Amino acid sequence: MKKNYKILGIIVVSMGVVLVAGFLLRHNTFAVLQPRGVIAEKQRTLIITATLLMLLVVVPVLAMTAGIAYKYRATNKKARYTPNWDHNLTAETIWWTIPFVLVAVLGVITWNSSHELDPFKPIASTTKPITIQVVAMQWKWLFIYPDQNIATVNYVQFPKNTPVNFQITSDAAMNSFWIPQLGGQIYAMAGMTTQLHLMANDVGKFRGASANLSGAGFAGMKFIAESSNSSDFKEWVNGVKRSPERLTMANYAQLARASSNVAPKTYAWEDSALYDNLIMKYMGTDNSAMHMAGMTE
Amino acid sequence: MFADLLGRLHLSDFQHDMIATGGQLSIVFGILGIVGLLFYLKRWKWLWREWLTSQDPKKIGVMYIIVAFVMLIRGLGDTMLLRTQQATSVGNSHGILTSDHFQQIFSAHGTLMIFFVAMGLMFGLINLILPLQIGARDVAFPFLNSVSFWLFAAGMGLVNLSLIVGEFSAAGWLAYPPLSGIALSPGVGVDYWIWSLQIAGVGSLLSGVNFLVTILKMRAPGMTLMKMPIFVWSVLGSMTLIVFAFPFLTGALALLGLDRTIGTHFFTSDLGGNPMMYVNLIWAWGHPEVYVLVLPAFGIYSEVVATFARKRLFGYTSMVYALASITVLAFLVWLHHFFTMGAGANVNTFFGIMTAVIAIPTGVKVFNWLFTMYRGQIHFKTPMMWFLAFVVTFTIGGAAGVLMSIPAADFQLHNTLFLVAHFHTMIVGGVLFGYFAGFSYWFPKIFGFRLNERLGRYALYSWLVGFVLAFVPLYILGIMGATRRLDHYDASLGWQWLFIIAAIGALTILLGVGFQVAQLVVSIITRYDNRDLTGDPWDGRTLEWSISSPAPVYNFAVIPTVTDRDAFWESKQSEAVKLPPVYTDIVLPKNTGMGVIIAGFAFLFGFAIIWHIWWLMVIALFGIIGSMIVRASDDDTEEVITADEVARIEIAAAQRSVL
Amino acid sequence: MSHKLSAEQVQFDTDKTIFGFWVYILTDCVLFASLFATYAVLRNGTAGGPSGAELFNMPYVLVETLLLLTSSFTSGMALLAATKRNKSATLMWLGITFALGTIFVGMELHEFSNLVQDGNSWRRSGFLSAFFTLVGAHGLHITAGLLWLVALVQQVVQKGFTSGTLKRLQLFSLFWHFLDIVWIFIFTIVYLIGVVKV
Repeated sequence: MKKNYKILGIIVVSMGVVLVAGFLLRHNTFAVLQPRGVIAEKQRTLIITATLLMLLVVVPVLAMTAGIAYKYRATNKKARYTPNWDHNLTAETIWWTIPFVLVAVLGVITWNSSHELDPFKPIASTTKPITIQVVAMQWKWLFIYPDQNIATVNYVQFPKNTPVNFQITSDAAMNSFWIPQLGGQIYAMAGMTTQLHLMANDVGKFRGASANLSGAGFAGMKFIAESSNSSDFKEWVNGVKRSPERLTMANYAQLARASSNVAPKTYAWEDSALYDNLIMKYMGTDNSAMHMAGMTE
Repeated sequence: MFADLLGRLHLSDFQHDMIATGGQLSIVFGILGIVGLLFYLKRWKWLWREWLTSQDPKKIGVMYIIVAFVMLIRGLGDTMLLRTQQATSVGNSHGILTSDHFQQIFSAHGTLMIFFVAMGLMFGLINLILPLQIGARDVAFPFLNSVSFWLFAAGMGLVNLSLIVGEFSAAGWLAYPPLSGIALSPGVGVDYWIWSLQIAGVGSLLSGVNFLVTILKMRAPGMTLMKMPIFVWSVLGSMTLIVFAFPFLTGALALLGLDRTIGTHFFTSDLGGNPMMYVNLIWAWGHPEVYVLVLPAFGIYSEVVATFARKRLFGYTSMVYALASITVLAFLVWLHHFFTMGAGANVNTFFGIMTAVIAIPTGVKVFNWLFTMYRGQIHFKTPMMWFLAFVVTFTIGGAAGVLMSIPAADFQLHNTLFLVAHFHTMIVGGVLFGYFAGFSYWFPKIFGFRLNERLGRYALYSWLVGFVLAFVPLYILGIMGATRRLDHYDASLGWQWLFIIAAIGALTILLGVGFQVAQLVVSIITRYDNRDLTGDPWDGRTLEWSISSPAPVYNFAVIPTVTDRDAFWESKQSEAVKLPPVYTDIVLPKNTGMGVIIAGFAFLFGFAIIWHIWWLMVIALFGIIGSMIVRASDDDTEEVITADEVARIEIAAAQRSVL
Repeated sequence: MSHKLSAEQVQFDTDKTIFGFWVYILTDCVLFASLFATYAVLRNGTAGGPSGAELFNMPYVLVETLLLLTSSFTSGMALLAATKRNKSATLMWLGITFALGTIFVGMELHEFSNLVQDGNSWRRSGFLSAFFTLVGAHGLHITAGLLWLVALVQQVVQKGFTSGTLKRLQLFSLFWHFLDIVWIFIFTIVYLIGVVKV
């Protein structure tokens, strides 16, 4: 029957359209496939390996579907017809086994990669890691450098080839902290800390975003992550420290007001307890803690 | 004083911006149009007597499908708005929608498509066919079935009411707290979401109980479990999942509602609440729900392939074990929806591997279908074509799913458009295509004539092409790092091209729905030429094809005795002389409007809580209880079709088939 | 009735309904399981407020428990009397069941109102939210059962022992025993463990 060709034709044409579109978009960043950090590199390898493994099954299945549907079309009187043939132990054993083997292989991969790429696991490196505390706010990201006594909004800088220990919380809805070119995301939740360990291979500016819906201004909740040479980083930190902008409780309350597409800001500060206080306020005993205006302690 | 009586409801809640007003007006005029038409044609009595009060599962099934199809069109209307927004809201342009409205629309889109389209089509087809396939005259509890349908309709009514008065949830289709909590979503939107789903969900739960008992207790003599048609097995799996999973939905929604309405602290971030618990509870329902939807679709594909390949289903026993293992595994994978919550490597690994394990029985099913076609004689009618389209989309979507079952890969793909493309592949390519296949396959049995083949194929091509155009760009965008639910993005990202192609794809799908409507209209007009006189238009294999089309109200004049898996096929092959049937009186449930009334009170109950109109809530509650007591006290709930009447109907049908 | 069903059909219908009711009870079990799980998660979420050990009055709860256990027994006696077609005994046992159930609900409401008056309402903490909801969900079930009981008594008085009323008596009895078992879990997991473990 011609209809099989039609279906195939449709698929081929559709794929063609998509390929043309792909050509038009050749200057785009395929963030997940163009990593700039160690974690993202390993995740890319993982994604490609798993995809190829599955193609081992997907391609034959699709080919068999087309082949069988074509050969055993009702109008083909030459094909064998066995209306009551409904069971074959060997055949069925084979196709219980094929996916089983595939899943077993994937299982090993899953086990290894889950442990190796656990976002809570620190990255082994000879360079001393840097800690950055991240607060998801309505709707912007606050980065606190506990050891440098600076803070930034919607912009984060760290030295290249240095493990970055992100400690992440939220002072509003749940968000997801994601810098695709450096590695996978993790949720930011109020009243608790999650961790993400990333390391950039080279200098560069990378797009970061919240991947989880958090309210009206969510689409504007994006930031720039910049990795720089360690000397440039030190210079930048000293520059921020000298800046007149200070992060105080009053400032924080101001910042906590809902706003979106906030331009990057930098602050110097002295209060080392800010991040811990933000987490502790959700452990508090009175109803006012969820009022988003800011600190209640 | 009067204002207090209406709770939080104010006149301003009826006022919307321009696009929302369009939705509001289309709903209002749609309803007015239908009401006017019914008055004009003087069809109110007919509608009430023949349909609304009907206890006949075939009619209830048709009503489910009508509601689902109308909601499909509304859901696609939402799609068009979403696609237009994402194709135009880039750089300095902010598109046609505010971010809040955009978020309401995608929340409504997901809610409608899962609860009122997919569930509606599923229960519709089950109602139509399941009793016929097991050789039964009715479901186990006909009145409960009617109540279930009307609760489903009441939930649907509440979702759509939110277009007219107030707003809908903007917190996504699963409304994660704390975003969906009262502090961050103070309006009525989330309450509309909660109560429409709660009411429809209770209806689904009751249907699950009903069909489970129907399958286990109402089968024709001789139909042992391993002689059941595979569709019945798939429904058994699906209903089992409903019975175990839907209470979690009821619970999660109730607790979220309590948090919002009386100030408890289940899912608040402070005062000892735990939002992560909600995410666990909702997915303890949500993941099995995916299989609730897809298992009956698998069943339909199995029936369709065997029928149109004119061959026994290959590996029936394998199929049953595959279905059973999917049913069990469906409860062991919910955490894969939030690997990114940081549960730790061991927990993530467990759920990742369990997820991949589901691919084993699913893969087995695909191979069995292929080998049912192998050495068969395949007739490429519309249902078979839907099946072939399904194999292509589902295999690719399934591979994407297995990819995301690996936690470390999921960290990069979760919450992106890759994920959106994946689950649409499964729900559209897996579930919806299956229900469309089932609809065109079983249509002649219910209405007595076949659907137009040509327009059916056009619909399928449009759906398939539209599907590829709409979702391949989303897979690519996901890889580019595009997160889901964005109402605006930077021009420098270069994503706009792909969003435009996706919008063209959505339009093509809309064209497919247009062909489906045209197919229905043309088929109705030409119904005399497409009549199914034999009751067996496809050379079918199972019991539903053994009776005349359209199926008589009592289904089977004489309850069949089953000796084989493909009961009807075997009886067609056998040379045994068929004895003339002996007809007896048949007892059927009487029509009752109590289902409509109970669901009507449930609707008012939901509305009252949403708007904090407490007196109305109390009245509605007493209305529900009172109606139930009245119904329980009624002993006159059945009527008899005499043997003579049955003989008359059967002979008339037999004469038609000779003509 | 306009027609006569055979004894077999009546039996089939009763069996089918009772089986269906078991499936419904199963769904209710899952619902309670989700509430118990919620309670277990939030048990320590007292947010600086009182814990169960500071709030629960064990002798009082023990009385509630005994009332409910007794009512389960009396509902069984009612069913037994009904199978012997003894109308007055059936009604008497149903009456006692109703009285015990009502006192139980009354005591629960009294306990709740005391807690609320002391400032320990469901708004106070996650723990108290879960406590009120779990125990209250059971209480709501009991209340629904009491309403059902009233309707049932009315039917038995009016119609006597028909296949319909007998079937419903069996269903009610199942429901009531089920609620009894749920209460045993509440008594153990919420109250006993709440008091014993700090």
